[in-house]
Amino acid sequence: MDLVQLQRQLVDYRTSLYHEGFLDEQFTQLQSLQDENNPDFVVEVVSLFFEDSERLLNELSKALEQQVIDFKRMDAQVHQLKGSSSSIGAHRVQKLCIVFRNYCEAQNVEGCLKCLQQVKHEYGIIKTKLESMFQLEQQILNAGGSIPV
Amino acid sequence: MSGNGASSSSLNMISGEDVVNNNLSALVVDDSPLLRLLHDIHLKKYGLKVQVAENGKVAVDLFHLGASFDLVLMDKEMPVMNGVEATKELRAMGVTSMIVGVTSKNGPGEQQAFMEAGLDYCFEKPLTPEIISFLLEELNKHNNKN
Repeated sequence: MDLVQLQRQLVDYRTSLYHEGFLDEQFTQLQSLQDENNPDFVVEVVSLFFEDSERLLNELSKALEQQVIDFKRMDAQVHQLKGSSSSIGAHRVQKLCIVFRNYCEAQNVEGCLKCLQQVKHEYGIIKTKLESMFQLEQQILNAGGSIPV
Repeated sequence: MSGNGASSSSLNMISGEDVVNNNLSALVVDDSPLLRLLHDIHLKKYGLKVQVAENGKVAVDLFHLGASFDLVLMDKEMPVMNGVEATKELRAMGVTSMIVGVTSKNGPGEQQAFMEAGLDYCFEKPLTPEIISFLLEELNKHNNKN
């Protein structure tokens, strides 16, 4: 695939992520902060999001396996996940976190379990999609091109 | 002005690039490494010198040690010392920095309690370029008066 085709593929891919509700305008703002002084800013922030999310999802899974569930602690963890997903524009994950917090507040175990599965699923999807996007960007850079805005 | 849900159109916006902020310093107080990085880079892009702290106690300790900042971005929910406690303590110490609360989408009651601790403004996180431009304009106005 030549450079122009790669660049077109990236633009189409990015557009689809917004169109399908995976990303929102916060991701655009993140991209606007990347410049020659911080060339890897978006990748760094998204990597932090991946680390945060995986840690929190593990902790939430363990919390829901306990005999006595600490809903207050779980709520705090979901709150963190909501904050970080909102900060990178991971729209679907953020929306599910809002629902998840409501179940924590209601101390609804079934609701929390269902939400956790949904959040894990959506997180897995956005992680794959962002990694694919970064790979495409790297291919463009390796081919001597620039990333289209 | 609490800035609660303040819309872009209600703010007197100028581009951050129009304002020279080389003399301004900021402290970003947040337990999330992601939010610290995000606000750090965002403020540096506007020319501010930025330090970060992972909770309210670290922030208060910095001021006790003699540090000073023009702007403090204070997260509300943090371990060890939360934003409400840290803000109260800073104001009790006589700190006159602009302290801006940064919260998740909580109800107006929660932001009210945070404002009453001594904030100048309170906004939902993450801060947008429009909000940051507004804050820097306010800071520059305040510095030009003194």
